[in-house]
Amino acid sequence: MSAVKVFVSCDSAALAVGADEVADAVIAQCAARGLEVELIRNSSRGLFWLEPLVEVATPAGRIGYGPVADDDVPSLLDAGLLRGGAHARCVGLVEELHYLQRQQRLTFARMGITAPLSLTDYEAHGGWTGLHAALAINADSIWQQVLDSGLRGRGGAAFPAGIKWRTVAQAQAEQKYVVCNADEGDSGTFADRMVLEGDPYMLIEGMTIAALATGATQGYVYIRSEYPLAFKVFSEAIRNARAAGFLGPNILGSGKSFALEARLGAGSYVCGEETAMLESLEGKRGIVRAKPPLPALAGLFGKPTVINNVLTFAAVPRIMERGVDFYKSYGVGRSAGTLPFQLAGNIQQGGLVELAFGVTLRELVFGFGGGTASGRPVKAVQVGGPLGSYLPESQWDIPLDYEAYAAIGAGLGHGGLVVHDDTSDLAGLARYAMEFCALESCGKCTPCRIGSTRGVEVIDKIVANCDRLPQVALLRDLCDTMVNGSLCAMGSMTPLPVLSALNHFPEDFGLSHEDHQVT
Amino acid sequence: MHAVVTEVLAERAHLPGALLPVLHGVQDALGHIPRETVPEIARALNLSRAEVHGVITYYHHFREQPAGRHVLQVCRAESCRAMGGEALHAHARAKLRCSGTQHSSADGAYTVESVYCLGLCASSPAVVLDGRLHARMTPARLDALLAGKSES
Repeated sequence: MSAVKVFVSCDSAALAVGADEVADAVIAQCAARGLEVELIRNSSRGLFWLEPLVEVATPAGRIGYGPVADDDVPSLLDAGLLRGGAHARCVGLVEELHYLQRQQRLTFARMGITAPLSLTDYEAHGGWTGLHAALAINADSIWQQVLDSGLRGRGGAAFPAGIKWRTVAQAQAEQKYVVCNADEGDSGTFADRMVLEGDPYMLIEGMTIAALATGATQGYVYIRSEYPLAFKVFSEAIRNARAAGFLGPNILGSGKSFALEARLGAGSYVCGEETAMLESLEGKRGIVRAKPPLPALAGLFGKPTVINNVLTFAAVPRIMERGVDFYKSYGVGRSAGTLPFQLAGNIQQGGLVELAFGVTLRELVFGFGGGTASGRPVKAVQVGGPLGSYLPESQWDIPLDYEAYAAIGAGLGHGGLVVHDDTSDLAGLARYAMEFCALESCGKCTPCRIGSTRGVEVIDKIVANCDRLPQVALLRDLCDTMVNGSLCAMGSMTPLPVLSALNHFPEDFGLSHEDHQVT
Repeated sequence: MHAVVTEVLAERAHLPGALLPVLHGVQDALGHIPRETVPEIARALNLSRAEVHGVITYYHHFREQPAGRHVLQVCRAESCRAMGGEALHAHARAKLRCSGTQHSSADGAYTVESVYCLGLCASSPAVVLDGRLHARMTPARLDALLAGKSES
């Protein structure tokens, strides 16, 4: 009998709950019992409440067990793990789990299935077909397809990717760049990290297609320093891809050239803002630049630069492979395609849910997430990271698409949802939003640099009931200044969590219903 | 120290926008970026010492002073806050006897730092102890981890 294939994830979120120990235990226990296994470290399915998830290949498909602790392994083997035997931890056929089955995984299709650095796996699961398709057409047709697909920037600003690409393609310059923003600093998000660690060739493929479309010959991926494993894995993926001819001076014999390099950030949230990121890549403090000029015309080292988020580039190979109509058949209105939503915070089944735009928060938090981890009622959901609004129950049925969220003064950001139960203090979270802005502000513009510190003080006064009502008016005035006077989203969007907390949860600030009517 | 800086510069000074890669190299090798290394780095990259100092002090990741023997980073961002991260942070500081604005334990063995998101938000709260990630953390589990460090 040949060795049975057993899969344990090597994603950071699996390692952080003991996946290495589980993998070691499987190998040691099988060796002790004389059982032949081939242990494969694959990417994660994004079913994080089940990690460490152990999967076993059976004739019926992969059967999963999770969450598994290393000392569960002997009892799992006793129960016939290698045949997919019954056990309290058995979750059945993984692909048939409701959580996975109901998803529309276009970008995350390979996630949890392939070994991240295996070029063979990548190719066997549809990898590089987008690149081959792009190499078969001219540059203008590439950006035209991206434009027609309706793909919008997944980093938060939702700017049409094709317009950016066209601008760079039509700019005249000796050197152009493609830069990937992998400075995924928003709490509640981990999709970029999953791509970098779990399916790195997909990002390389997407960026290479961008290079072909725009005439760029050098690319950088700016990875935050809080993701050291992602940096390591992605750097290795670049080396492998270059050795195999997918990157370098002659991509797949086409005569086209594209070099790629991973760069490590250094713990600055504002470097997720594209111009601050460019400064950082140039070796400077991450200070936001005034726009114009647009980075598409004068970006990295003053040259035309395509800047997109990891998920934007990662969506491109599928668009090139399957075509514009296929991609546009997902989503609603001007929000085309899918978004990898990330369920986080106080949630029972946290993980990655890729779905077409238009799903509701209620469906994600309860239908997929199963409600809070604490078992208490959900109080608020923060959508879109630290600069996103806190949504009360009255807003959980609004479809998640860019326009519908803009209409209520909220944003989807990078697709992260952080769930809070009824013990969370929204005034405290509003204060934290200001505190975080003060900590991370680059300091270039006054509303953000000073406003954030004043914001903390004003919220403290409101909560301490020190001249409360006038201070609420002051906070609103301050937020107005930050929204309208800040240079970038750091200052102009920090008021979103603050004001949504104040408007929807005034009682947490000590305001009575009557007070709230007045303010 | 001089040898380390020279080696890092030889390897990375030619990169476009080389300063961050160089500083990472120095900190990875020495554990921090000593003040004395700034003039050599500045000279090699044709920058002023003020520019190099500005970059080192702008970014949270770079340190000018050595950290304790063990470094504990506790995530303090929203997702971890929703799962008791603030109580965990307070517990860690009390346990390791960090008071006021001090980030290091009295005996210098531990440095406790705040981080803002480790990308483990579906398994909050999360910490990093000496470079290893740990999620679904509780005060009791943290105590067990720290006890393991003290023995080793």
